[in-house]
Amino acid sequence: QYVPVKGDHVIGIVTAKTGDVFKLDVGGSEQASLSYLAFEGATKRNRPNVQVGDLIYGQFLVANKDMEPEMVCIDSSGRSSGMGIIGQDGFLFKVSLGLIRKLLAPKCEIIQELSQLYPFELVLGMNGRIWVKAKTVQQTLIIVNILEACEYMTAEQRKQALAKLSGK
Amino acid sequence: MKATPLSNCERRFLLRAIEERKRLDGRQCYDYRNVRVSFGADYGCCIVELGKTRVLAQVSCELVPPKPNRPTEGILFFNLELSPMAAPGFEPGRQSDLLVKLNRLIERCLRNSKCIDTESLCVVAGEKVWQIRLDLHLLNHDGNIIDAASIAGIVALCHFRRPDVSVQGEEVTVYTPEERDPVPLSIHHMPICVSFAFFQQGTYLLVDPSEREERVMDGVLVIAMNKHREICTMQSSGGIMLVKEQVLRCSKITAVKVAEITELIQKALENDQKVRKEGGKFGFAESIPNQKITAFKMESAAVDTNDVEEQAEEIITKADPPSEVFAKPILHTPGTAQIGEGIENSWGELEESDREEAAEEEGESEVTAFECQKMETEDTSTVRETKNDEPIVLSDSEEEEVVILEPQEPPKKTRTQANSNQENTSKKAFNKRRKKKRAAH
Repeated sequence: QYVPVKGDHVIGIVTAKTGDVFKLDVGGSEQASLSYLAFEGATKRNRPNVQVGDLIYGQFLVANKDMEPEMVCIDSSGRSSGMGIIGQDGFLFKVSLGLIRKLLAPKCEIIQELSQLYPFELVLGMNGRIWVKAKTVQQTLIIVNILEACEYMTAEQRKQALAKLSGK
Repeated sequence: MKATPLSNCERRFLLRAIEERKRLDGRQCYDYRNVRVSFGADYGCCIVELGKTRVLAQVSCELVPPKPNRPTEGILFFNLELSPMAAPGFEPGRQSDLLVKLNRLIERCLRNSKCIDTESLCVVAGEKVWQIRLDLHLLNHDGNIIDAASIAGIVALCHFRRPDVSVQGEEVTVYTPEERDPVPLSIHHMPICVSFAFFQQGTYLLVDPSEREERVMDGVLVIAMNKHREICTMQSSGGIMLVKEQVLRCSKITAVKVAEITELIQKALENDQKVRKEGGKFGFAESIPNQKITAFKMESAAVDTNDVEEQAEEIITKADPPSEVFAKPILHTPGTAQIGEGIENSWGELEESDREEAAEEEGESEVTAFECQKMETEDTSTVRETKNDEPIVLSDSEEEEVVILEPQEPPKKTRTQANSNQENTSKKAFNKRRKKKRAAH
């Protein structure tokens, strides 16, 4: 179960659009709220194009156990720095929180090795959600399966699996 | 708890993948997940795992008066429960549509197909019959509950043994398991449900949908068949329109699958029978593999010692020569000598300001000093001054504490004002402790 922490970057799924505020599901006990003005370059006239069911990558502005958590898609200087609505294609899946932290470590071997297989886009949310996009569906599925299996595989097994795939 | 909503991204991806005939776990369109059957210690208790979907089945029996309109038939009672541990969307006590649908399917599959001989359950016509109760609990929901539940149900019924009964005239004796071996139920055939999920208005079909696939499917067709290729039940839900060829194709696929699954069930039942007869251990505790962290076996890793020698020499030559060894003691004052000059101590800063503070307050300074080259400029100047004047005590231990009182140095006082004000609070506690040490002597 994920517990929202201030400053954490997470992937949320939009569940409701009410007036000025979006409600996002982040995998915690409560839904987070996201104001439509919390995007880069958003004004009252220029609203972001967000639909129910879209994926959003943002960080928590407010996250304590007494209040509903609040998210924003800009950092303190007003720039988006990679946050915002995640593109249409690609696939979202869930892994354990421990694996996410391992992947986010500075020199993660897993990601380096994977990047030598095929080019792909990857977004890691601290709430255990990962979004992957590769050129074809098959490649995306391969990456998804490897990342899910990385939890239980040792480095040796992983290298073997990747060697098999790149040799194919 | 609310179930996690399905994002548009996932939905689109799954549909695209299905169009390319790819499934998330790498299966083919007509492939089933691994089916695993394990039995409990009791007769009639079993767990069926279809991939990650798990269903627990338990059969129990009781002697009751029969229904008035069917005095010579036993009573069958089926119950399926979706426990909240199966999925976050399930809540206890709430009758959802899914639950009703599943329950009806199980009933039609097992009751209406007449797979169990109810006449054999009659003990005394009109007075006493056996009531067989099948309870199914969903432990984990990863798609295709109905298949797993039907397999679990029929396996549990085949596995169950009811107590033996004999009727002599008016007397009915129910034997306990110790007196006479319990008797299996009389089962004619084994109906098993197979589900087909349809996508894009019936263009694509998948057998044994997983949870993600179930969320994006248009509709589902469930066919219950036994190994003699007799269809026991059929149900189509979701409002998809199916063509005759599709339905026929599905029934052919079902026949193949049911044959495989029935064989698997037979083997599992035989195995369990054998183990029980031979007196071996049976039950869930045995069927769950041991995953002990303490029993982690490390395979011995081969160590490459070919070029160790060269590496070692390399390291030795590259390393700095060891620091000078001081053999000659330095005589400070009669009775006090020191061997070596001690290593750089990072507590030097602390000591310096302490010393200065103490000097300010009591007019005495306690020294434990060292060569502190990393200190700030004002401090280094004091160090240089003091080096010549004050003897250096190496250790801080209680036993050897040597306090040498020396005359005050006025220039220190003015500089210490600024210093001590900043570091006062943190050093005060430390100072107090050191004073206590001195006081102890």
